[in-house]
Amino acid sequence: MEKFTTLRTAAAPLLQENIDTDTIIPMAKMVGVSVRGSLGQWCLAPLRYLPDGSENPAFVLNRAPYRGAQILLTGPNFGCGSSRETAVWALEEIGIRCVIGSSFGDIFFNNCFQNGVLPVVVDREVVNELAAEVEARQGAATIGVDLEGGVITAPSGKTHPFTVQENRKEALLLGLDEIGQTLRHDAAISAFQARDRLARPWIYEAGEA
Amino acid sequence: MRSQGRTLFAKLWDSHVVADLGDGTALLHIDRHFLHDLGGSQGLKDIKARGMKPRSPELTFAVPDHTMSTARGRAGTTPAGVSLLQALREETEEAGVRLFDVGTPGQGIVHVVGPELGITLPGCVVVCGDSHTCTQGGVGALAFGIGSTELAHVLATQTLVQRRPKTMRVRFEGAMPVGVAPKDLILHLIGTNGAAGGTGYAIEYAGSTIRAMGVEGRLTICNLSIELGAKMGFVAPDDTTFAYVQGRMLAPKGAAFERAVAAWRELSSDADAEFDREVVINTADVAPQVTWGTSPEQVAAFDAPIPDPADIEDAGKRATVEAALDYMGLRAGDTMAGTRVDWVFIGSCTNSRISDLRDAAAVARGRKVAGHVRAWVVPGSEGVKRAAEEEGLDRVFTEAGFEWREPGCSMCVASNGEIVPPGMRAVSTSNRNFVGRQGPRARTHLASPAMAAAAAIAGMIADARKMGA
Repeated sequence: MEKFTTLRTAAAPLLQENIDTDTIIPMAKMVGVSVRGSLGQWCLAPLRYLPDGSENPAFVLNRAPYRGAQILLTGPNFGCGSSRETAVWALEEIGIRCVIGSSFGDIFFNNCFQNGVLPVVVDREVVNELAAEVEARQGAATIGVDLEGGVITAPSGKTHPFTVQENRKEALLLGLDEIGQTLRHDAAISAFQARDRLARPWIYEAGEA
Repeated sequence: MRSQGRTLFAKLWDSHVVADLGDGTALLHIDRHFLHDLGGSQGLKDIKARGMKPRSPELTFAVPDHTMSTARGRAGTTPAGVSLLQALREETEEAGVRLFDVGTPGQGIVHVVGPELGITLPGCVVVCGDSHTCTQGGVGALAFGIGSTELAHVLATQTLVQRRPKTMRVRFEGAMPVGVAPKDLILHLIGTNGAAGGTGYAIEYAGSTIRAMGVEGRLTICNLSIELGAKMGFVAPDDTTFAYVQGRMLAPKGAAFERAVAAWRELSSDADAEFDREVVINTADVAPQVTWGTSPEQVAAFDAPIPDPADIEDAGKRATVEAALDYMGLRAGDTMAGTRVDWVFIGSCTNSRISDLRDAAAVARGRKVAGHVRAWVVPGSEGVKRAAEEEGLDRVFTEAGFEWREPGCSMCVASNGEIVPPGMRAVSTSNRNFVGRQGPRARTHLASPAMAAAAAIAGMIADARKMGA
């Protein structure tokens, strides 16, 4: 997994509420045997393109200063709905490394950590303030994110603290793979199953116990 | 000092902790892992590429549902669907994972067959690479959707790293009004609490309405937990649950069943348990619901006026409602009742079980689908299909002009090529009215099976209670 340490980049405000993962990557563009690598062009397609397939000039990521943004400032419940991890892959493929919002879909939130994308939860007022600062500069401004220090630096220099669970933070900082981490608990898993098999045999012998 | 009572959630969670990882995070044992055609074979390939095999293949079950055509003979399965089914067959065979293949009695939508086959049991921790895994909480399991990296993690380790959610109890109290379905209750809850109302919570559904409800209705309620933002929703198992589980294909039998029931009786929240949040709904206040927008929270009684964006103060919220009405082709102040519809879809892990089909058939019986409407009934599983045919429900539907199809996810998620055509308006018993969910530019109204059947017959959104519901 790619490490995440610090980032300083343009940030695109996308403050609409409840942007679901079907909108982040439509189903028709993700069905197949190996789709990873081909998802970026369809990321946020219903917002990014007009019905005739051309770019929607009004959409934030189609406007010059925001086009290369690596940070999205998101409305509440961003990434709600479907569990599709392709939503994170699609964002990653257009260069997004960090999403800053007041809440995220629970499954999407976990999926971000699995892919080196940092989801930052801050109060809605902070998101709106960051967006207002960016927009006041017509997008020609950068936001800094320091994971280890737990600090967002606004274009004005104002700082906002945030927290990330310790184990998730460590994994992102070092680029650790979760399966590798869990295998350190291999003996505990075996012991759990041995104990549990006696207590709940019906779990392990479906239809036979 | 007396110790504080425990919630059902705490009992389910704590009994599955393999290791405490600190900072509110735990390594949880996974009792049941379901794979489907969309991502199942890839997960097995991912761990194979790392030189690993599934740690507990006997706790893993596979079923194709997302990309299979639901036409007779599975005609028209897309090339992607054909490849994904082939890959699922090959990878499960090699890994020693049990597959319920197309055309066999166990096939169907994964969240319908899990409880139906007795694979998902009370007290289980259940995962699947699908957000509607929460459906299976209806039998008293802690069930939730996961992403594809988590899926590979479960295959490799039979565990998952999870952050402990907060707890919420939603109590529905009182008798169900005539013609009101479990779907209406949960849509009403989402409408009044918002699509993010449950984000970060595990939800226990309780109260006298839930106690009096059958297991299938509870599965419907739990199904839409994710539409409230909660990835887990469940109902404490009771005698209704135990009677439902008894005798199912993979449920424990005889003395083992009795022993399991004794353990399952412990699975309820203690009387003095405290929740981070409590919500009480007076069931008598709930009328048949229909969504008007592009989020499940944009819902109201079918005969209520559609909200006017001009009345909304917050600019962001106003823009969201304007965009939704524009997409849906609706006008503020109109009611949904009387809105002409083109398609009706009865199916999905929300509403495709036998009780749902009976509700829809009660409206369809002896009537005809309006000439301009195309209406599908897609049973949730091979088991539901056969049971419905035994009762003659298939004939009720076909004589009324509905198409009776093979089990699968079909138009709910449109990943098998079955879509509502662009610009068309559908009433669906599924769970998501998102932009493009049922196909590019498709307009979806979510409703109960009876309300969907009524819309098919009337050719417009109509009151099912006046048609036998």
